Amino acid sequence: MYTGRSLVVAVSIALIAFVLLGKLFLIQVTDDSYLRKAERNAIQRVIDHPYRGLVYDRNNSLMVFNDPVFDLMVIPKEFTLADTSRFCDLFGIEKEMLIESFNAAKNYSWVKPSPLIKQISKEEFGRVQDFLIDYRGLFVMTRSVRAYPKSAASNALGYIGEINSSQLSRDSTRYYVQGDYVGLSGIEAYYEPELRGRKGVKYNLVNVRGIEKGAFKNGDLDTLSIPGENLQSTIDLDLQVYGEKLMQGKRGSIVAIEPKTGEILTMISAPIYDPNILTGAKFGENYQSLNLDPEKPLFNRPIMAMYPPGSIFKIVQSLIGMQEGILTPNTTYPCNRALVNCHNHPSPVNLFGAIRNSCNPYYHQAFRQVINREVSSNTYEDTQIGLDNWRESVLKFGLGGRLGIDMHGEKGGSIPSSELYDRIYGKGRWKYSTIYSLSIGQGEMLVTPLQMANLAAIFANKGFYYTPHLVRAIGGDTSRIPEKFKTKRQTGIDSEHFDLIQDAMAAALSGTAARAIMKDISIAGKTGTAQNPAGEDHSVFIAFAPKEDPKIAIAVYVENAGWGGRAAASTASLLIEKYLTGEISRPELEEYVLQAEFIY
Amino acid sequence: MRQKDTYFHKIDWVAIGLYFALVFVGWINIYAAVYDEQNATSIFDFSINSGKQLIWIGTAILLITLIMVADYRLFQNLSMILYILFVIILFLTPFIGKEINGQRAWFELGIFRLQPAEFAKFATALALAKLMENPTFDLEKFSHQLKALGLIGLPVALIMLQPDTGTAMVYSSFFIMLYREGMPQKYYIFALSLIALSIFTLLINNNWYLYGGIGAIILLLVLASKKTWKNIAGIFFLGILMLGYAYSLDYVVEKLPPHQQNRIMVLFDPDVDPLGVGWNVTQSKIAIGSGGLFGKGYLEGTQTKFDFVPEQHTDFIFCTLGEEFGWTGSLIMISLFVIFLLRLVFLAERQKTRFSRIYGYCVIGLLFFHFSINIAMTVGLFPVVGIPLPFFSYGGSSLWSFTILLFIFIKLDSHRIQILGRSY
Repeated sequence: MYTGRSLVVAVSIALIAFVLLGKLFLIQVTDDSYLRKAERNAIQRVIDHPYRGLVYDRNNSLMVFNDPVFDLMVIPKEFTLADTSRFCDLFGIEKEMLIESFNAAKNYSWVKPSPLIKQISKEEFGRVQDFLIDYRGLFVMTRSVRAYPKSAASNALGYIGEINSSQLSRDSTRYYVQGDYVGLSGIEAYYEPELRGRKGVKYNLVNVRGIEKGAFKNGDLDTLSIPGENLQSTIDLDLQVYGEKLMQGKRGSIVAIEPKTGEILTMISAPIYDPNILTGAKFGENYQSLNLDPEKPLFNRPIMAMYPPGSIFKIVQSLIGMQEGILTPNTTYPCNRALVNCHNHPSPVNLFGAIRNSCNPYYHQAFRQVINREVSSNTYEDTQIGLDNWRESVLKFGLGGRLGIDMHGEKGGSIPSSELYDRIYGKGRWKYSTIYSLSIGQGEMLVTPLQMANLAAIFANKGFYYTPHLVRAIGGDTSRIPEKFKTKRQTGIDSEHFDLIQDAMAAALSGTAARAIMKDISIAGKTGTAQNPAGEDHSVFIAFAPKEDPKIAIAVYVENAGWGGRAAASTASLLIEKYLTGEISRPELEEYVLQAEFIY
Repeated sequence: MRQKDTYFHKIDWVAIGLYFALVFVGWINIYAAVYDEQNATSIFDFSINSGKQLIWIGTAILLITLIMVADYRLFQNLSMILYILFVIILFLTPFIGKEINGQRAWFELGIFRLQPAEFAKFATALALAKLMENPTFDLEKFSHQLKALGLIGLPVALIMLQPDTGTAMVYSSFFIMLYREGMPQKYYIFALSLIALSIFTLLINNNWYLYGGIGAIILLLVLASKKTWKNIAGIFFLGILMLGYAYSLDYVVEKLPPHQQNRIMVLFDPDVDPLGVGWNVTQSKIAIGSGGLFGKGYLEGTQTKFDFVPEQHTDFIFCTLGEEFGWTGSLIMISLFVIFLLRLVFLAERQKTRFSRIYGYCVIGLLFFHFSINIAMTVGLFPVVGIPLPFFSYGGSSLWSFTILLFIFIKLDSHRIQILGRSY
């Protein structure tokens, strides 16, 4: 039947069909790019943001929570407004603002929702909530911002903000996307992986205009978000709030530690700012002004400020001397002011007297014995060997390097090594007379307030410490905190040497810091002065109490407050009383501290 | 009863079965194209297109019944009158038609819209059959060629006034019938060469390659021919013509309005303006291409359902099938069409009269042209022209006109013995 020209027609039909099937095979079977393009067209990933974990204090009072804010969204196609001025009155918005906002929404999309009024507070939302049903095309989207019920502990808690590009590029797990919020400092940053939870993803089908048309594959691929874990901080919120009150109008730091555990009870960086200002819509503006503030409120002094340890370091010198067998309770030196200046006290003094009176010449002479052991006939070499051995012992006190607190940005201070002096003076060109300032905690030596508080804890513990930390439980489980916070660290000083130290510290207060003494609580402390070449010296005080069974070790720095205990010791004493008894029995002392202002 | 029984057996039930198979597959695909999971309605819901198509199918069955019970001589006798009637209607359409998308191609009758150009196809086919049934009609003769071309050209010219380029192009399918009936082969060789040259001219951006190619062809022809001066001169003249054509085509394409230029260029480079003129083709290819080997499953397609492909239930209905049934579905559907067309060739060849055979080949040409150009357009092998996929695409005009077209032929076929009795 198919012959001649009819065969040509029949073959042409088959041939063209073959070409079409071939082309279809190419695009349908061999090329999967169309499938990907189709998914890009019609499948929309909607991220379900998890609830960020909360932070409680050591007594389970809330420190950080999530506060809902409301964005009023509009779908321009459905939105009609009969009475514009009533709407504006109701929502407290200018008519021009409303029109501008609505036009922006319209320009973005006629059918997709856009924000009409952003970040309506809870209170305001409660007022307008019932009226919303009167308007078509409006709905509310809930978001949350961090909030701080007591407005305290801003530097310890840190803040969250939009992830920056360098953090994004470091994120090897590719969890974050542009616009995500992450912890940028403090606990928020250090415990970001625990606090953030896990994002959920919902795959929606959308049509060509971006309108949702239901779940992709009935939601089988969707994942729910997992809320972040709650943290229990080591901070005592009441103590923190009280400390911040005392530090009003001052510059400085307070760090209080529970000696037996290394848990930080209070960590204050003054000047203090309200953590609530670094949340929500005002973050950018407020961050700018804090950043530009000459008092540097964002500078986290407890872990970042470094000062010479001053007189307090004499205790460390005493302990090393005793451990080395160079000093005994009976070792006596005259108060020879020709060596180094001192103040009026009986002379000569034994070790107890030296600590109690903070005698500079005593340590000048004792330290020489520690350094120059005559292991080498060359004085220079002998000094170098002695310094390096001494430094080994000092580092065990958690000085000269980072302690490893659960915060980023910690500074380690510095304890000089022989290499440092070789660099400064040249090898073999320095000896004890060059470095004797170290004996009284001056010279090329820096410590942070955190390290100072840790020293107080070591004295309280008679020779050991736990790395200070800010979080005691993750998700309600105390065993989940990092291993390094559960490790007992020894200073290598035998505990019997501490009895004399503790007694001397208790006795010292009556001379240098009588205000710190309490009737019912035995306190051991030591004043210090951090020399400040730029102005008035900084007042430093460390203490622990009760002396018999220490529950709190504290370091207080008040910048520019002058010599010795005046400001710092009074503040520490009030905090110790507050922590141990829960109340203040000395309103006149409190008044004295509150009155003092040292910011010029 | 015996008489009726015989007639029943003379009807070609194979073709009718294939027709209903195609209509049915088309109908369920129209439902898939408009299906909305969140707002699902029955396929029979008259407010959606699948329900409306069911009305069109029902009325088409009514038309089939009318055609099958009518006197078979009617079509032969009315052919010229119908042709003249439609020429008049086509002439009036630009003046009284309803304007849709810049075309005045539609008549509104109550809630229904009809497209006269669709129906003019079968009228033209009947008229051609009538003109050419005389045994003295000889397509080798230039005057007879002119008569046939005139009959085709008149409605084309009128449709171009609407303007509806796609439907006008459809009339070129009558050349398949003309080929079968003895139109000289050289015309076809010439036309196919011209098409090939055009494609290469547009495909090859660097003109020097094109000129080099033409030069190589000339050289080969000279080497293959008897090397007489006359032959060589003739071949060189041909070469100059080819060069001139290629050059002027480039020129003409550059002078075209941008939207037509883009419609052509998008074939060669799909990334030309993917959100503008390339949108249809790009989205259509994404829909079909994402179907894979076995498709996403019935009603599971995302591209056609969510309106990414425009005109998805009419001209781009093949996308729905390609997306939901994959290459396997495409293979089955195209095979159905090929079997259907080859069956029609078989039927045409068994006709005893020239009238029936000529009309049959007109039907074959029209269906084949619509089918191949429509699918070629959805996969990006042919520019986007608005022509429907026969029996598949949503719409009354299209379904009715193809049904009438086909069933007049089936009617004629069922009377092939009686028609033999009439002689000229």
